Amino acid sequence: MTTYAGSRRRRGRNAGIVLLFLAPSAIPLLLFTFIPMVTSLWVSLHSWNLLTPMRWVGLRNYSSLLTDGMTRAALLHTLEYIGGYLPLVYAGGLGLAVVLNRRLKGRNFFRSLYFIPVVTSWVVVALTWQWLLSPANGLVNHWLSLIGIHGPGWWASTTWAIPAVILASVWKDIGFVMVILLVGLQGVPQDLLDAARVDGASAWTRFWRITFPLLSPATYFVVVISLINGFQVFDQVYVMTGGGPNNASQTLLLDIYNQTFRYQLVGRASALSWLLFVLVMAVTVVQSRLQKRWVVYA
Amino acid sequence: MPDTSAIASSPTIASYPVVVSSIVRSVPARRHRLPARRVGLVIALSVGAVLMLFPFIWTVVTSISANGSVLSTPRLIPSHVTLAGYRQLFSSTIGVPIIRVVINSLVLALASMVLGVLSSAMAAYAFARLQFRFKNIVFVLYLATLMIPLQVLVVPLFIEMRTFHLVNSYIAVLAPTIASATGVFLIRQAIQTLPTDLDEAATIDGAGHLRIFFSIIVPNVRPALATFAVFAFMASWNNLLWPLVIINSPDHMTLPLALSMLHGEFSTQWNVVMAGSVLSIAPILLLYAFAQKYVVQGMATTGLK
Repeated sequence: MTTYAGSRRRRGRNAGIVLLFLAPSAIPLLLFTFIPMVTSLWVSLHSWNLLTPMRWVGLRNYSSLLTDGMTRAALLHTLEYIGGYLPLVYAGGLGLAVVLNRRLKGRNFFRSLYFIPVVTSWVVVALTWQWLLSPANGLVNHWLSLIGIHGPGWWASTTWAIPAVILASVWKDIGFVMVILLVGLQGVPQDLLDAARVDGASAWTRFWRITFPLLSPATYFVVVISLINGFQVFDQVYVMTGGGPNNASQTLLLDIYNQTFRYQLVGRASALSWLLFVLVMAVTVVQSRLQKRWVVYA
Repeated sequence: MPDTSAIASSPTIASYPVVVSSIVRSVPARRHRLPARRVGLVIALSVGAVLMLFPFIWTVVTSISANGSVLSTPRLIPSHVTLAGYRQLFSSTIGVPIIRVVINSLVLALASMVLGVLSSAMAAYAFARLQFRFKNIVFVLYLATLMIPLQVLVVPLFIEMRTFHLVNSYIAVLAPTIASATGVFLIRQAIQTLPTDLDEAATIDGAGHLRIFFSIIVPNVRPALATFAVFAFMASWNNLLWPLVIINSPDHMTLPLALSMLHGEFSTQWNVVMAGSVLSIAPILLLYAFAQKYVVQGMATTGLK
């Protein structure tokens, strides 16, 4: 490593070089991450509609959010979404990973194929699924009707709006979870599995007693990322349901968006942004504490 | 988009890039016993693959169907193929200058990619190779930004852009995507694996840091740069929320934004909306076909999708 200890002149020149290398990223990060973060904290303590001057309200935005029915509903819908999405996407991704970890003809082809939805844009995925799940003339309900089932209203129904969003999200992300878990499966030592086989352990036992526990770091990675993304679910809801019908699928980020751009409650929206940020941080910290109890490092 | 590379810094997950590159490389299939069971598995996988691909097929089929036939009974094979959806998409009647929108998306994604790779690589070099005061504190501050997703920043960023009179400008769309701690983190890891002998030899020969950076470091960390470049391009190309917040005129729109707007106005003309969707996914599928290794690697390492 290049060191310039001792020489003062060299050190001075070095500072210039350091600035040169850091400035292209440090200045944007300062301007577009740190400063907005701080100003938003300041704005969250005010009542502001972007037009008239800000009015100091202290912590009232925060206290009113905690009792606000819409925000509570948004939190509840977000949790419902996560509660449906995470188990499904994990189980599906795990199944695919286990099957595609075997020596099969064309497994690389299948891996690439299952990964395709991950790279496409959320807007396109949401539009396509909205069309597939269209209650009146969508393909899914058409097929259901062929086997005598009267399909639900999907995104047009207050009960089925969130399940419709979950369905599209699981379809999109299953390949991502598969890849993370495939990486985890590569780390399971083959000799351990062979030894268990020699000792007479069935495939079922070998999976649940050896593979699954050793997969826990990858599982942890999937859970943390899914929770962080889940709390900020936006694109698919915005396009598929717009938060409706009758606010039945309003989520936290959609609530922030509406409060800012529909109701001009900028102070409240800033407070909610901060609450969301603290929530995501807290969940991540709790996760990292809990992982010591269940994550096994081989 | 939430950044989670901080999690990736834990010892087990830090080794992911290496393993990922090994799983995306092809491994020849070995002959095995129990062919019947294997055939069953392949059939199940194929059915699953059809299910996975089906929504895309339906997108394409809808885009080349006449809207009338789309509205009656959904048909997998259109009664007659027509490009009416595409023709209408490119016509002036829809209120979105679609060619302009595609160019906007492309230029913004390329700019975000080039600036992102350059700024991240330079910072990565500083953290990996230069000695300076407060280096650890500065690095921790960079990592801290990984915990702040763009989603929670949209409101304050909008206020800031409004103060600078930059609402509805390309620069406002681009600016928050330039610097990425994810990129810094990813490329720094790659630089750290390079031996320092080459830099030292170059220093003795009188080369400055800029010279070392561009002629020694950059060529040697190309895979990491490519991984991040692909990721940065896709993140910009697919981004909805920030353009939605900051852009309000059709001629400044990006493709995801234009699509969501088209959808609002032409919610019954699915052939037009699906034609736009095809336009949006085609370049990404091409990129995926040619740079699959980097795409998969980047996403599995950073947890960004």
